Amino acid sequence: MADISSSGGPSMARSQSQTTKLALRIILYLALCIFALFYLMPLFVMITTSLKSLDEIRTGDLMSLPRDVTFDAWRSAWSEACTGIQCEGVRPFFWNSVLIAIPGVLISTLLGALNGYVVAQWRFKGANIFFALMLFGCFIPFQVVLLPMARMLGVMGIAGTIPGLVFVHVIYGLGFTTLFFRNYYVSIPDELTKAAKVDGAGFFRIFWSIFLPLSLPIIVVTVIWQFTQIWNDFLFGVSFSQAGTQPVTVALNNIVNSTTGVKEYNVDMAAAIIAALPTLFVYVVAGKYFIRGLTAGSVKG
Amino acid sequence: MSPILDVKNLYKNYGATAVLHDINVSIEEGDFLVLVGPSGCGKSTLLNCIAGLEPISGGDLFIGGQNMTNVSPKDRDIAMVFQSYALYPTMTVAKNITFGMKVRGVDPATQEAKLKHVAAQLQIEQLLHRKPGQLSGGQRQRVAMGRALVRDPKLFLFDEPLSNLDAKLRVEMRTEIKALHQKLGASMVYVTHDQIEAMTLATKIVVMKGGVIQQIGSPAEIYNRPANLFVADFMGSPAMNLIPAKARRNGNGTKIEIARKDGEPIVLTDTRNTDLPEDVIMGVRPEDIADPARLTSEHAQIAECLIEIVEPAGADTYAVMQLGGKHVTARLHAETSAKAGAQQSLAFDLGKVSYFEPETGQRLN
Repeated sequence: MADISSSGGPSMARSQSQTTKLALRIILYLALCIFALFYLMPLFVMITTSLKSLDEIRTGDLMSLPRDVTFDAWRSAWSEACTGIQCEGVRPFFWNSVLIAIPGVLISTLLGALNGYVVAQWRFKGANIFFALMLFGCFIPFQVVLLPMARMLGVMGIAGTIPGLVFVHVIYGLGFTTLFFRNYYVSIPDELTKAAKVDGAGFFRIFWSIFLPLSLPIIVVTVIWQFTQIWNDFLFGVSFSQAGTQPVTVALNNIVNSTTGVKEYNVDMAAAIIAALPTLFVYVVAGKYFIRGLTAGSVKG
Repeated sequence: MSPILDVKNLYKNYGATAVLHDINVSIEEGDFLVLVGPSGCGKSTLLNCIAGLEPISGGDLFIGGQNMTNVSPKDRDIAMVFQSYALYPTMTVAKNITFGMKVRGVDPATQEAKLKHVAAQLQIEQLLHRKPGQLSGGQRQRVAMGRALVRDPKLFLFDEPLSNLDAKLRVEMRTEIKALHQKLGASMVYVTHDQIEAMTLATKIVVMKGGVIQQIGSPAEIYNRPANLFVADFMGSPAMNLIPAKARRNGNGTKIEIARKDGEPIVLTDTRNTDLPEDVIMGVRPEDIADPARLTSEHAQIAECLIEIVEPAGADTYAVMQLGGKHVTARLHAETSAKAGAQQSLAFDLGKVSYFEPETGQRLN
């Protein structure tokens, strides 16, 4: 080999290195495809299983496509499946989740934006310590706050209610949302604030007219992050809810774990997909902004 | 009539570190005050204090005769242009210019009229619907000026407004700012680290270093009679030659001896300054060392010097020699006969030299 490449001169060497490059590229893509298939496998099983009838599941293969596509399991999961003694499917719980997630996301994003704006642009004495403590809040394990939070919600009179759950999620999300907005706003030159002050704008005016319109990328990031966190939360949902206010994740657990008699795999799968759809939807719609927002650095202008 | 801006005994500390020390400046209406100094000298901090964007630690500040020490920026009747222009990125040029008026609740018809007027003045009418991101550096600069002009304030503040522009544009904008100042007769405070900008624009210059004012004066005063070695070295390009020398009293004048690397010291006779200490630093501007035929001052004295380097610069030719252990630059005319490595007779204009005390750096004459 060495002989050939040395006698063949530089052009030979170049074409050879190009062949190697191409081969490596093919291997790389092959490996990536295999990984992708591997990761998509559970989703495939879930979707196909949810479209089969129970008979077919019992007699057929886990990996095979459904012989007769039926949406019975989806209908059942949405409005008939039993969660304990109640048999209304995941529908009421799905709406609970919506009622928790939407205000939770909006409030924590808005407060995070305000916090970040203050910490980044209106430096006050102890701003760094304030921010460090806020960051620390991101790393407190959920289990630690369960009991104090339960007591707190009781004192406030919102234990077991949807506003109570919104409150918990806002508090827990603030650390992250503040971090996101602070890091975004810190890259904006402080001369912008100064110019607005000379122009006569006050604290909220500057926030509303100058900083918020600049913030679209980071708002998208925060909304995706918070929505995923709140929607997928199980621990808070199961701890601080009562009959009638449970979120969809808790309902899903109850459907899967409290069936008596035959285990309806197709219904379980359909319910799981329903519970996961909103986060999936948010990622698909806003995913590219997520990456863009995370990498968006300084603001030119 | 009271001065338009009057800063009295102003102090500014960040914790224990003093940033500005006993600042006293005042300007009359129509003055163009330039604060100049190396970076970190506190000039921008002083400007921010005048604007009210930084609280001051001591002293008083009057604008238009009113005590503004504790007044918020928006009520000081000022407008400010920033180094980064600080245009609001999400607003169009028109909105940028009218934002202040909108905040203050000026009625839309007046806003429109003022916007039109300023846009015409700065020739930015065709840019009004663009966003700052779509503008070039020079255009952004104009918009930032427009935002200040539209306010029609008592006092304009400029914080290094030209330092983000390329060299050619900087010179153009400099001329334009000067023209604007002459046309409006407005009072301005302008911060720069560029001493040429300071010289060309100012009616009054404040040279600062380490939070302390070194000298206040007209450009001519600062240039011709620098108060200390720092000002002498900082203002002027090429810098003033600062040559260590010995002064000996001698009958009707003072003999100034300047050591040379090889051979006898140069001896010049200064008939005007008779009470100099023995050790002095003599400050001579490059243009005050010239070809004897071209320097027709009555105080000119001629000496032979060994030229080490000749640097033609188009209009002038700079000749560098070594005197008193320092490189000394002379500004000669373009067709000079000076050659590197050859002796050349040069005239020193002793009518324009400055003398400094070597230890303290203070001016002696």
